[in-house]
Amino acid sequence: MLRKNWWKILSFLFLLYTFTAGFLGNVPAKPILNETIRNLYFHVAMWFGMMIFFIVSLVYSLKYLRHNNSVHDIYAVEFARTGIVFGSLGLLTGSVWARWAWGAFWSNDPKQIGAAVALLIYLAYFVLRNSLTDRDKSARISAVYNVFAFAMLFPTIWIIPRMVESLHPGGMGNPALDSNDIDKRMRVIFWFGAIPGWTLLGLWITNLRTRIQLLSLNQETNV
Amino acid sequence: MYNSFLRLFFSVTGILSICLVQAQDSLQTEKPQMADAMRSNGKIYVVVAVLLIILAGLFLYLFLTDRKLTRIEHKNK
Repeated sequence: MLRKNWWKILSFLFLLYTFTAGFLGNVPAKPILNETIRNLYFHVAMWFGMMIFFIVSLVYSLKYLRHNNSVHDIYAVEFARTGIVFGSLGLLTGSVWARWAWGAFWSNDPKQIGAAVALLIYLAYFVLRNSLTDRDKSARISAVYNVFAFAMLFPTIWIIPRMVESLHPGGMGNPALDSNDIDKRMRVIFWFGAIPGWTLLGLWITNLRTRIQLLSLNQETNV
Repeated sequence: MYNSFLRLFFSVTGILSICLVQAQDSLQTEKPQMADAMRSNGKIYVVVAVLLIILAGLFLYLFLTDRKLTRIEHKNK
């Protein structure tokens, strides 16, 4: 199914819609935020993409631990990699947004720190992997570590930022994407444009990378 | 007239410092200032057009990479 092209075209159409409606559509007029509220379609979508890729990576790591199939290991690694790319973009775009909304690129907001810690934990996944030369051992240990890394997402980005005061919306127990922050027009573009569009784009990039890895795996086994 | 032209120019070229100006303006006036003028006279379409070209270019590039990879995969079978 993933070798077919329809979902790649779908990704393009979703992003086409996001970029067009995202800039031309009306948004609620808010002080301080002004037009930057449109960053929801780009900055927040990066984080949603990251979470989705980390979940998929976890599933493949668990599959690897059950079946010992190197293909699952490759999928787990490449999804984690795309997740880190999306997360880093989320951190960078967030810090640009923060400069103009909160006054500083970095203000030690709980969500900023939590996201940075989560990304560092996932970076350690690659350090761990690449420090082991034996392919099976590396795959096995890093699969176990991946489960831990995913578990650390709960406190770092899902729980702690909701328990404390935060500059981000959603601090002190209020869910983010609240109707006080965004309205229906924005919600439609976010859920039916930005999230599927960016996620499918990331899926495509992951798909290309896994196919390259599978080719080199085949070459290794053939030699 | 000149002032509003200048503001439009800066908004369209995307100079970040305009955000500061807007933030100060919104402190002075009660209603948050939005870039409605930019949209009504059409200049935002320029930005959207630029973004759409970049989007199309990136997707084309991904498609070509994908096709190349598919060819290599077929050769390796």
